[in-house]
Amino acid sequence: MTQKSALHIGCGAGFSGDRWDAAVPVVRTLRATGGPAVLMFETLAERTLALAQLQRRANPDSGWEPSLDRFVAPVLRDCVEAGIPIVGNFGAANPQGAARHLQQVAQRLGLQPLRIAVIGGDDLLAALPAGQLDALLPASLRGRSLVSANAYLGAAEIAQALRAGAQVVVTGRVADPALALGPILAHFDWSLDDWDRLACGTMAGHLLECGAQVTGGYFADPGVKDVPDVANAGFPIVEMHGDGSFVVTKADGTGGCVDRRTVTEQLLYEIHDPAAYLTPDVVADISQAELSEDGPDRIRVTGVRGAPRPPTLKATVCHEGGWLAEGEISYAGPNAAARARLAADIVRERLRAQGHGQLPLRADLIGVTSVFADDAGRWWDSHTAPASDDVRLRIAAASDERSIADLVAREVLALYTCGPAGGGGVRTHITPRLSSESCFVPREWLQPQWSFAA
Amino acid sequence: MSTVLLHTLAHARTGDKGNRSSISLVAFDAKHWPLLVEHVTEDRVAQLFAYRKPTAVRRYLLPKLHAMNFVLDDVLDGGVNGSLNLDSHGKSLSGLLLSLTIPTETTP
Repeated sequence: MTQKSALHIGCGAGFSGDRWDAAVPVVRTLRATGGPAVLMFETLAERTLALAQLQRRANPDSGWEPSLDRFVAPVLRDCVEAGIPIVGNFGAANPQGAARHLQQVAQRLGLQPLRIAVIGGDDLLAALPAGQLDALLPASLRGRSLVSANAYLGAAEIAQALRAGAQVVVTGRVADPALALGPILAHFDWSLDDWDRLACGTMAGHLLECGAQVTGGYFADPGVKDVPDVANAGFPIVEMHGDGSFVVTKADGTGGCVDRRTVTEQLLYEIHDPAAYLTPDVVADISQAELSEDGPDRIRVTGVRGAPRPPTLKATVCHEGGWLAEGEISYAGPNAAARARLAADIVRERLRAQGHGQLPLRADLIGVTSVFADDAGRWWDSHTAPASDDVRLRIAAASDERSIADLVAREVLALYTCGPAGGGGVRTHITPRLSSESCFVPREWLQPQWSFAA
Repeated sequence: MSTVLLHTLAHARTGDKGNRSSISLVAFDAKHWPLLVEHVTEDRVAQLFAYRKPTAVRRYLLPKLHAMNFVLDDVLDGGVNGSLNLDSHGKSLSGLLLSLTIPTETTP
């Protein structure tokens, strides 16, 4: 048997808000390798899918990644010409809608109609009889009006679609690393119980899925961790080999860096027990993983092991979460922090007097303490703030009722004339909230499937 | 006995899943790894985050990477969609971990 050549997997986005131009140098680099390659886009955060469901309710043609065009159009012609498939979870709540839109993008660019595969079956609300999900939900969610419930699917259907010749694969909720593992499986034909290799492909996907986080983005700390040309950090590319070893690198001619430090940080990112990282495809073990330098901006990863995949799939369930009220006001000059603290006390007392003493209410002093503190105010009470003569008070509160959220915002606004001396620059904001919880569902409840879009 | 800020010996990154925070800590230099193992313990980290009332603090060691991973349960005020924090992911918490001071006999 001849040895299969390495597969290059590039990443064009690590989240929905990522840079639109990131994929261009990635695709240029993939083309220059002359070998088999694939481009992935990861655009679904924990609650993005719930927001997409709400959009789809309002307009049945929407509900897919709103930046799809901006992400894909700059590289679509190059990918089609070079035979580089694109795999993305930009289907969100409406993969068929995303496929239709992609076809329009291709037409606009003067390309032949694309073979677009759509992966379905992740939607638990569609797959289950009403009530069946309830039993698995945390008590706090039972009986609540759910916006979305989606299981994280694995790599198998992505691989099948690519083997059948898909030029683009659009998914809804899949495990992020599966966006890389799918193409890897399609290329190397690894068996679905080759646990060690599946774990290698999964960890390659894990390193790619957050875009520039492995190439020097989210890393720079001036004087301690300097990153060259971080404003133009190149997005990552993995060179996967048939034995499961792989090299992490980045797009040619870009800024950023790939070194032991960036790869170690990303390897551990959002991993709990490093010996048991649970995914739909495999349980990965990175406790014995090793990194070695393989040239400039090239880190080789070895020593990843795998164990049989878990019997359940993780699902994220979202429901409407009421309203978030936020209000801010600035105090500056002598005694600024004390005036800001008094302003917070005034708002609390006013709300208590109007019968809302139990409302979850948070106060921050931006410029003194604004993120380390906890919602309950234990940090606020126990830490002495450093002196500051330019602080911004932020009040945040949550309520199921819009009228109460509005009241909190009004109490902050009223500080303009009723609060401590010298307050200025009030801004208030009311935002609808979504709450999410995770649970585990038996695999048998879901029937993942793929098909070519009409 | 002199002390040094953990920030000068190691780098860190925070991730979140629901109401659980995970913070990796990586030694810049392999020679400081034993110092981190000795002084950045579950107990000290639990103490540092006590005001957030973690229900569990676990440390996982990765000696081949000179890294460790802390997992803190129930410290994110409900997590990204529930917390009233400006940083509802708790991503800034790596900065809190790096503000620990470490006793050292030698300068790094």
